[in-house]
Amino acid sequence: MTAILDVRDFSVEFRTRSGIVHALDRISFQVARGETMALVGESGSGKSVTAYALLGLLDAAGRITGGSATLEGVELTQASPKELARIRGARAAMIFQNPRAALNPIRPIGRQIADVVRRHAGLSRRDADARAVEMLREVGIPDPARRFAAYPFELSGGMCQRVMIAIAVATRPALLIADEPTTGLDVTTQAVVMDIIQSLAAETGMATILITHDLALAAERSGRIAVMHAGHIVEDAVTAELLAHPRHPYTRRLLAATPTAAGGLADLRAIPGSLPDLRRTDLPPCRFAARCEQRLPACEAPMAWRHLAPAHRVACWNPA
Amino acid sequence: MTGQIGNAPRDFAADPLLDVAELSKRFPLARRGWLGGRAPAMVHAVDDVSFTLGRGETLGLVGESGCGKSTLVRLIARLTDPTSGSIRFNARELAALPARDFARDADRARIQIVFQDAGESINPRFTAADAIADPLRKLRGLRGAALQAKVAEAATLCGLPLELLDRFPHQLSGGQRARVGIARAIAPRPDLLVLDEPTAALDVSVQVTILQLLVTLRETLGISYVFVSHDLNVVRLLCDRVVVMYLGRIVEVGPARAVFDNPLHPYTRGLIAAVPRLDGLRAGGLRLAGDPKSPIDPDPHACRFHGRCPVGTDRCGTEMPALRRFPGSRQAACHFATEPA
Repeated sequence: MTAILDVRDFSVEFRTRSGIVHALDRISFQVARGETMALVGESGSGKSVTAYALLGLLDAAGRITGGSATLEGVELTQASPKELARIRGARAAMIFQNPRAALNPIRPIGRQIADVVRRHAGLSRRDADARAVEMLREVGIPDPARRFAAYPFELSGGMCQRVMIAIAVATRPALLIADEPTTGLDVTTQAVVMDIIQSLAAETGMATILITHDLALAAERSGRIAVMHAGHIVEDAVTAELLAHPRHPYTRRLLAATPTAAGGLADLRAIPGSLPDLRRTDLPPCRFAARCEQRLPACEAPMAWRHLAPAHRVACWNPA
Repeated sequence: MTGQIGNAPRDFAADPLLDVAELSKRFPLARRGWLGGRAPAMVHAVDDVSFTLGRGETLGLVGESGCGKSTLVRLIARLTDPTSGSIRFNARELAALPARDFARDADRARIQIVFQDAGESINPRFTAADAIADPLRKLRGLRGAALQAKVAEAATLCGLPLELLDRFPHQLSGGQRARVGIARAIAPRPDLLVLDEPTAALDVSVQVTILQLLVTLRETLGISYVFVSHDLNVVRLLCDRVVVMYLGRIVEVGPARAVFDNPLHPYTRGLIAAVPRLDGLRAGGLRLAGDPKSPIDPDPHACRFHGRCPVGTDRCGTEMPALRRFPGSRQAACHFATEPA
């Protein structure tokens, strides 16, 4: 397995008027060719910040303060804005929540796809248009030649998300980051959109990072799950293993709060406490410690990864 | 052991709180031509919908976006006027009463609604206390100390610490805002609470606490709920019965557990198959491809699901299936639905 994306000790901070927010703290993960890794966690855990930081899309207040991230051997943290602009779209692409807001509202959807392939693949206008129609067909939009000229407002949310996928994968990127791609879509549409992403990934060998708050969606659609909490990755394992044998107390809590088809409401447990204030200068090594019932005195020591199995690691001194 | 109450079979039909019959709502599109040209095209948002809600019962309302859930909710809550049909609430006919008049009616306080995102639906310039006090002032005419006492009581019932009452919505967390939205709805002590996706914007951990709160309130106050959600796992947790809608019409009604375990209508089957599950993707899962048909002047003689349906035949294109009764207090609108095994 060769890692397409290799992230090591990657840290991000935001400077705000009320202090420095330690949004990501030395996170490390790899994504292999053709692999789908899900990044799950509650809101504010740093899932989206990870994606934005990797692609150089952080806003002006945020900066990468340490670590490395290489995509196909290219160091992203050292890349110039110009290099990043080339990599984005050509080698790494991202799709966003709320596709209607992410698309240009006053440009026909086909044109928006053609723009990307002209820019990154250097096709002529005619070839780019043909490619755009082909992409619309590939993502299952009926009557693609006619829909080429449609505007985003004329399409349903599910159709807009397909257009965004078409834009993202038109250049056959090595990495696709899907940030809550189906939040706000109906479950039926969600299933179809995720099918499209999965089949494209299978065909092209594209690595996918699926960012979601929905553990059940991650369970169905990813090969591996990394659980984030307050800017840390706390557990990372093959999906079936993580669901069957969660070891980090936070992962166990998250699973215990997720409604299932079988259990009743009485079987669900809320997670006590809340995320720590990431502006604190004295953040503990384990940011879950204050919410954790398995805390030990040893938890004050700097965090270290424990490798429980070849593909299962956990950042906890007292895993279950 | 609380929380399981929701799924225990009870007979609610004997004494319905809400009895909706043949309810329809059509919206005209822009008029074509000058001076009484052709009749305008109509969007059939809710079409011939009938159901009852018992006292203390929780009814789930599910379906894709655009299926008419929100319009139906607005009709039940009497925020819009139906085109035809009847809404009987506490044995009183409300359908004929214009929504504008109902706003000042005595029964206004008896039907309350919790909107989707409390962060968006609460006046940003109201503190939590103002937001909860507003319906009490307008609908119950409370003032002064009596008002304050009722606000505090509603907040306490909803697990909202009193020291948070001076805060504005943007100073509250998502879960706290949801509690404010629920507190302001239960403050006038309604008989019927309409919940429109109350947990859609919340993390799972917070969602659990809000769902548990709703169960507690149902037990302590004896309120009936109409619970709208796209999250079928949540509907299953909270609801006694469930109504499945497709393009303005009811396609299936029944006890929640029976409908989810053994759906009769092919649309319900597709909807349930599409729900992600922690135990992973089921092989050969049914996929509902395509989008619903247009709700503008649909063919009155064709099943609305025809064309997208995996089991439909030509008959479905010429004969609208009626909602038929099945054993176990179930109903389904499909020519091919068979008795549950």
